Amino acid sequence: MREVAVIGCGMTKFGELWKQSLRDIFVEAGLKAIDDANVDRISSMYVGSMTPGLFVGQEHVGAMMADYLGKSHIPAVRVESACCSGGMAFRLGFFEVASGHSDVVMVGGVEKMTDGADVTYALATAADQEYEVYHGVTFPGLYAMIARAHMHKYGTTRQQLALVSVKNHHNGALNPNAQFRSEVTVDQVIKATMVADPLTILDSSPVSDGAACVILASMDVAKRMKKPAIKVLGTGAATDTLALHAREDITTLKAVRQSAEAAYKMAGLKPTDIDLAEVHDCFSIAEICIIEELDFVEKGKGGLFTEQGHTALNGRIPVNPSGGLKSKGHPVGATGVAQIVEVVEQLRGQAEKRQVKNARIGLTQNMGGSGASSVVHIFEVQK
Amino acid sequence: MPSPRYHREMPQRYRLEAGKCNTCGHVAFPPRMVCNCGCRDFKDERVSDFGKILTFTTIRVAPKDFETQVPYSVAIVESDNGVRVTTQVVDCRPEDIKIGKKVKFVFRKMYTEGHTGIICYGYKAVLV
Ligand SMILES: CC(C)(COP(=O)(O)OP(=O)(O)OC[C@H]1O[C@@H](n2cnc3c(N)ncnc32)[C@H](O)[C@@H]1OP(=O)(O)O)[C@@H](O)C(=O)NCCC(=O)NCCS
Repeated sequence: MREVAVIGCGMTKFGELWKQSLRDIFVEAGLKAIDDANVDRISSMYVGSMTPGLFVGQEHVGAMMADYLGKSHIPAVRVESACCSGGMAFRLGFFEVASGHSDVVMVGGVEKMTDGADVTYALATAADQEYEVYHGVTFPGLYAMIARAHMHKYGTTRQQLALVSVKNHHNGALNPNAQFRSEVTVDQVIKATMVADPLTILDSSPVSDGAACVILASMDVAKRMKKPAIKVLGTGAATDTLALHAREDITTLKAVRQSAEAAYKMAGLKPTDIDLAEVHDCFSIAEICIIEELDFVEKGKGGLFTEQGHTALNGRIPVNPSGGLKSKGHPVGATGVAQIVEVVEQLRGQAEKRQVKNARIGLTQNMGGSGASSVVHIFEVQK
Repeated sequence: MPSPRYHREMPQRYRLEAGKCNTCGHVAFPPRMVCNCGCRDFKDERVSDFGKILTFTTIRVAPKDFETQVPYSVAIVESDNGVRVTTQVVDCRPEDIKIGKKVKFVFRKMYTEGHTGIICYGYKAVLV
């Protein structure tokens, strides 16, 4: 396989973007990425989007986005893996360039969630319709059950869960693209409106609109560019049972562990080599489970690790410097690509107030459903 | 819900019909064609009527079909023959539910689809 690098990136602000349509936000992010990379031709396009059909009644968004980006006729396809549609789209774009088939490929992610659809229902279609959703369970409900099990098994506290949101809101307040640019306190998180016990609205990622795009190129092309190439060192993906209840252990996200192991192996790196990580904190408990599965900390100690400040912006391994899904926002299909945009900006040293010092190697972890799919990428800046 | 989709799941929802793998003994619910051990040979089995709560939550923001029911509690229950399901826990207060408590499956109405749609039924759990 050839070496591949990210040579450009762009994203919209995340939030309630009522003035812009699905295609508007995608094109905004796409043009930013094209301008940032300074390329005039792309060979093909992968668009991560979870369910534009349910959110705005639009399918076939691969062709649509190529059309509105002024790239009609190039191959373009939508990729779906629930909330990790964006990350999975990136993986496919990576393979297209790595295989030698194409030199320059665009990968984007987009979701338009605030146009009035029944969002709770639309998101729940990523769970098992007949055996989970039929019984009235929601996504916050599934993660709430993971949280309760984690608290019971490992003694993780309500306060530790809240500290994930406190940290991510702190980082997000420094991010001009974030949906919620306000700090929150532990007390505010715990006393906020209950969504699914023990998780409150401030443990939950919000409903958002947004798009993010990156341009991938072969290392030969990347080396000719002015900006430092962000090399893709590793990719890993895995799946697990669709239904949460079918897992051997409800607190274990096996797909996250397996996707991380594959990416670490391909990159030839260990968890301690990672300088910063963007992970899928769709709910506070998810970040705690994920940092355990990524082996940043041993199983069961994720809450304590967070409480000790190791995942803070100036901690041992900064997690979600962008503000994460919690504060930056979670337009589901866009999230995986937006995580990569953040890592690219961090590794280029362009993250301004939320810049992680001496960041050289970054990791992204994007997850679908209650952990039924996960994809991990590892990046290194080329000096 | 289109009625064919509803009708197909009736053996599971009404009668808890499952399949037991003839190689590794895993009880699959819903029944499936291939076991994780690779075996394709199953015999009929039922999910036992009793089980225990592994984890639970109380839903306060619900999809439209369930909006009139909030707050309602949902749990992952492991039956005495090792089947795990997601199910509502009813006829009790949320604060009565604890991890490890014994439950029994009962046949209940789930929700009604508008004024003219299907009345949906299935299993729920009650504390014993
Ligand atoms: C948590 C959730 C149910 C809240 O939705 P809601 O009850 O409809 O909340 P509303 O939209 O009425 O918002 C009420 C207020 O809280 C704010 N708010 C909403 N969600 C928020 C969040 N997650 N964090 C912080 N503030 C939030 C809103 O901006 C609004 O503030 P305002 O009154 O000042 O305008 C919803 O955001 C949700 O479902 N999140 C989970 C999304 C999800 O499951 N994603 C997939 C994960 S795999």
